[in-house]
Amino acid sequence: MTDPDPRPLPWRTATLTAIRPITRRVKSYRFQVGFDRPVLAGQHVDVRLTAPDGYQAQRSYSIASAPAGDGTIELMIEGLPDGEVSGFFDAVAEIGDTIELRGPIGGAFVWRPEDGGPLLLAGGGSGVVPLLAMLRHRAAAAPGVPALLLYSVREASEVIAAEELAVRARDEPHFQLMLNLTRAGGRRVDAAMIAEALERLGPPRHAYLCGGNPFVGAVADLLLDAGLDPARIHTERFGG
Amino acid sequence: MSTRGFTGRKPPEATRERLPPGQYLTDDFPVLQIGPNPRIDLAAWSFTLREGSRPLKSWTWDEFNALPRTRWGGDIHCVTKWSKFDTAWEGVSFDALLADAGIEAPTDFLLAEGYDDYTTNVPVTDLAGGKGMVATHYDGKPIPTDHGGPARLLVPHLYFWKSAKWVKGLRFTKRDEGGFWEMRGYHMYGDPWREQRFIGD
Repeated sequence: MTDPDPRPLPWRTATLTAIRPITRRVKSYRFQVGFDRPVLAGQHVDVRLTAPDGYQAQRSYSIASAPAGDGTIELMIEGLPDGEVSGFFDAVAEIGDTIELRGPIGGAFVWRPEDGGPLLLAGGGSGVVPLLAMLRHRAAAAPGVPALLLYSVREASEVIAAEELAVRARDEPHFQLMLNLTRAGGRRVDAAMIAEALERLGPPRHAYLCGGNPFVGAVADLLLDAGLDPARIHTERFGG
Repeated sequence: MSTRGFTGRKPPEATRERLPPGQYLTDDFPVLQIGPNPRIDLAAWSFTLREGSRPLKSWTWDEFNALPRTRWGGDIHCVTKWSKFDTAWEGVSFDALLADAGIEAPTDFLLAEGYDDYTTNVPVTDLAGGKGMVATHYDGKPIPTDHGGPARLLVPHLYFWKSAKWVKGLRFTKRDEGGFWEMRGYHMYGDPWREQRFIGD
């Protein structure tokens, strides 16, 4: 561990430069933002919205884009029906809007090319977003690192970046995709599925799990049961 | 500068007064941690006070549970923005631990250490005088593993990352040494009312 960056982490005004639909409920938002430090794959930003009366709401969102030198980041936000901030993005935000962002944040759930692999990624629902950043970074910077994404969602229409992931699985020789649909006769991730992932990937050097707490807790326990060193298992949970 | 088109859902004033800046109220109890739940055998569990690497006093689970108990109820605040009101905790106060060990705090700072190798720093003055405890019960029941059971630190006036889960001991340090998150850009102190989330806040 290196010394922490001693600089304060100021709020910055970011400009929304692109919006595109990802799934029925998830949209991609690209921001032009001048961070003063590089983004690492797996990090997140804080978003702050301010009402005319000064009332503010803050939330955290994972960065989907690979670290890039072009001063932009991509967020993927699921528009929750009762989401105070996500609902604003879904229904109100337009290209050209300015939004306050702060980041990049988080030094635990990150993967750098020098961290190597094999890399086991397990995502539940929109928990795949920071894993997507890792996969994009890996493809650009370290395509020889073996990686497997076990991605569990309820149904096919909810798969984030479905086409991109399928293309990566087809074209990238060291990347494998295990897509698990829990509805329509499917099942939750279980010991057999983990055994298959480990068989296909080989012993992982790092595992990154992201999703709701029940998903992450279950996968973490299954990986411990399979004999993985807990120090190799990194988790990020959302909810709340 | 306001955000175009954002009105938000400002909570009622009674709620706002209890919410530190940038926080929102949740009825859930979200789970946030850096890795898997550690697997802890109560027969092998121990809690140790150390000065640097030198052990000062250690308790087994049974010994720990025989110590005088204390309760605290109130609001908790997570740096990830959620706050939860009216939580109820029970455990052994920092003061009671020192008293049972027959010592005074040997330094002004300490690191709480978890079974998952997590660490976080807390000044002694923020634990002493009834301000902090090692909690074993939440809402009248043993703390579930997801929330840090069998025992977690509780320092409720600081952001909740200071309330280390699965705590196995407190290590007194000469200087204020950063722990896991503090070495990754989070604030050394973490007062939610001053919104001390990150370095420099």
